[in-house]
Amino acid sequence: MVTLDELLERDRQREEDGFKRKIRIGRIVKPGTGGKEKIIVVPTTVEEKFVHEEPSFDPKTGEGEPSSGTGEGEEGDVIGEQPVRPDQGEGEGEGAGEGEGEGQGSKHEFESSAYELGKVLSQDFQLPNLQDKGKRRALARYTYDLTDKHRGMGQILDKKATLKQIVQTNIALGRIPDVDDIDPGRFIVSPRDLVYRILSREKEYESQAMVFFLRDYSGSMGGKVTEAVVSQHVMLYSWLVYQYERQVETRFILHDTQAKEVEDFYKYHSYKVAGGTKVYTAFELVNQIVEKESLDRDYNIYVFHGTDGDDWDKDGVNTIKQIEKMMRYAARIGISIVEHSYVGTGQTEVEKYLRKSGILEKHKNHIKLDVMHENVDDTRIIQGIKNLIS
Amino acid sequence: MELVSQHVKKIMEECKVRARDEGLKFDDETLEYIVTNRDMIELSPKVMIPTLYDYWVHDVRVLSGKGMYEAYPSNPYETVINTRPAISYYNDNNPDWLNVMIFYHVLAHIDFFQNNLFFVNTWDVDLAGQALADKRLIAQLRSEKGRRWVDYIIEFSRGMDNLVGYHKALDSMLRFRNQPVARLSRQDYYFDVFLQKIKKVSHNTYLKEIERFNQCKDNIATFFEPILSQYPEFEQMYKKVRKDKEKPVRDIMEYIIRHSPFLRAHENQWMKCVIQIVRDTSLYFQPQIRTKIMNEGWASYWHDYLFMKDERIRGHEVDYAKVNATVTALPKVGLNPYALGLRLFEHIEDMQNRGCYSFDYFRLKDEKNRQHFDKGNKNGHDFIFKVRESMNDFTFINKFVDQEFIDHYKLFVTGKRLNSERMTWQYYIKSKKAHDYKNMVIDTLYHPPVIYVNEEKTQGGLLYLVHKFENKPLKADYIENTMMGIEFLWGGPVYLETSIPVGTEKETRPAIHFLDPSAGGSGTTATPVTREKIKWQRVCYIMDKRKLNRREVA
Repeated sequence: MVTLDELLERDRQREEDGFKRKIRIGRIVKPGTGGKEKIIVVPTTVEEKFVHEEPSFDPKTGEGEPSSGTGEGEEGDVIGEQPVRPDQGEGEGEGAGEGEGEGQGSKHEFESSAYELGKVLSQDFQLPNLQDKGKRRALARYTYDLTDKHRGMGQILDKKATLKQIVQTNIALGRIPDVDDIDPGRFIVSPRDLVYRILSREKEYESQAMVFFLRDYSGSMGGKVTEAVVSQHVMLYSWLVYQYERQVETRFILHDTQAKEVEDFYKYHSYKVAGGTKVYTAFELVNQIVEKESLDRDYNIYVFHGTDGDDWDKDGVNTIKQIEKMMRYAARIGISIVEHSYVGTGQTEVEKYLRKSGILEKHKNHIKLDVMHENVDDTRIIQGIKNLIS
Repeated sequence: MELVSQHVKKIMEECKVRARDEGLKFDDETLEYIVTNRDMIELSPKVMIPTLYDYWVHDVRVLSGKGMYEAYPSNPYETVINTRPAISYYNDNNPDWLNVMIFYHVLAHIDFFQNNLFFVNTWDVDLAGQALADKRLIAQLRSEKGRRWVDYIIEFSRGMDNLVGYHKALDSMLRFRNQPVARLSRQDYYFDVFLQKIKKVSHNTYLKEIERFNQCKDNIATFFEPILSQYPEFEQMYKKVRKDKEKPVRDIMEYIIRHSPFLRAHENQWMKCVIQIVRDTSLYFQPQIRTKIMNEGWASYWHDYLFMKDERIRGHEVDYAKVNATVTALPKVGLNPYALGLRLFEHIEDMQNRGCYSFDYFRLKDEKNRQHFDKGNKNGHDFIFKVRESMNDFTFINKFVDQEFIDHYKLFVTGKRLNSERMTWQYYIKSKKAHDYKNMVIDTLYHPPVIYVNEEKTQGGLLYLVHKFENKPLKADYIENTMMGIEFLWGGPVYLETSIPVGTEKETRPAIHFLDPSAGGSGTTATPVTREKIKWQRVCYIMDKRKLNRREVA
């Protein structure tokens, strides 16, 4: 059986031969009980042929594809209803995140049978602008350093500590009658006075971080745009879970004309699109949550937002206002815009008003914008992540 | 993967005897294998043919299938493949009564493969053996030419394998079986085409020529003598038309194999074998894709019919009913080919039993009289055998889905619309008319686009393809890579003429359907309805040196 690595290696070969790559890394989220979902990494590919375009949802009439049915009733009767987004209304008031127990991240079991996505990604990334903000729950990473002290033997003699020890010993022995006139030549040195440094494993305390994922799930986000945004956020999320050993806290917010928080990545990832678009609502909600829970005191806050760049608020007055507010605490805001192929490059509303406002220049260390086309491949998406957290 | 036990095989052989007694026809030999769900995952990318050639896309599908299985485990009952002998796969540990049901289902599938005329071109081939030979050839080519180049050729060939001339192959096969090829004779061309359509002679002249022909009947050569001097171009034109008529129409893959300047080069000859293998494999599966509803309906009809008559399974009727319901229940919303096919076969049997496929019935307009109509033909059972022999999904649905069928099974077309206030999908009964239902089902059937080579425009090293537009555009994302593959195999620029939507235009139609007032606002005055219609533009995609361009076609 051919392994995924071999397949990917062959796929790389295609580029050398002048053809496009064909294998994409897909992700299946396996719903589990008690919020324990798994992310399973699988390769996918499409065999392109000349085929008819299948009819799809028409946003103008709101009419989906017809199908067959059976039962009683007359023409026009409504026979059933299905929520566009299951569990609508959930996830509200989830705010009181005073942190006992485990964070959100630890509920998710990250697994990839073939390919450790996060591991691979982790070689490339690091959260930017991490600051020391209290050590209530730290990000632990181990470092090896010559920090432990050992008497009598070791790797490096700690001269200052050794001298101190010798002085102490000699005071105890009564060999230093006058502290103003010490003659080091008369010291008696015990072997135990020699203090050495030895190599030890140290838990390195780092500042804690909270990452907000924001996703536009409005009607215009259908198809590949959502796929690209979700792909990018899955990768970011996988990487965070891997790299920071589930100690980064994550929060998930979806928005169309209203923003709402959902409780886990599965819901964040799986909700379908519909409705109009007001981008500022998502940023506003983050600001509210941060304020209400005083998160900025203890956390480094990161906000990642994915959108197709469509906004009803055409000049972005509200959005800019909310982002400015966010700038006061956020360590990094990363906005990814995935352009539809029918929109020209650089023509989306969000991109236009962000650039016009000059906010990207003013806070260039704290806000990053990444614009992709909807037909992006994984390499470009990963490049996008690098841009966002650079 | 292993053969079933002798005990299970015995059950199968007993099922065969009973199925034959009821009129099913199939070869004596069959092979039954026990497979695990994991085996199934590995087989399904190879369309269940264990000996199919290796290809990396299959490996990708296996890996993603395993991931899918981990997230969403499933447990298929059976799969049959159309080989000689027919091979079928089963799960381990099925109870005997369940095996009886599944075996009847499988035997009906085999009967369908071996008797439905759309499969005629698969009857004299054993795919398992053929595929093994192909697989070995491809493996050999890989070692000679390098793995990745063979893979590219497979990829580019598969990019066209939905455009194989299946109906053409079927047509010539069936014609060959039934009658010799009719040739266009010189006099037919002269009278039917030349005089009437090209020269447009007067009635009088035409009749005079017929008169003259009758006089020369014994020696036709003398009849043509004056014609040749009067119309010196006649002979040339006749020969050209005859040549054109006898020239076989080739699908794109065949055309490329025969005419590609790139493949003609000595070092590229081997690629033709690969293209041919992909083409033959695709042709083999064409009838199967086009008879899904019928085939599943037929198998469901028979497992139900035979199971209930089988005394070996007494006491398991309730267990059976449960399993049967999961397979053949009509869903509240959604299309289940097993359920639809089964109901339609039962409906046809009933209609034929009562002699409803007749002019007498057709003339009856009274609903009650129609319901009680019964000529006592009682030949429905034989009739459905004929249906299974000579129809495919399209003709099956198109001919037999009638209002009686829709009413009897309370079927309807469901619509789905977004209720933006409640943020829900609303399902509603869109239509209970047989006509609408039929169109809805037909729309779901397999129908690849019709794309052919325009030989006149295929000149100067370019290949000119034309898409016959049927109100559905081609999937734009796939065009580039598909054309790049064709360009590679052709060795020159490739053109594709097709239609794309460019905005909308207003269209006005009369409002009231007089024969069927329910079709449009009944009771209102007949004002014309204006509605928006998609405007189509004919365009030509050009793939040259791996770059895709598009321009409008006048």
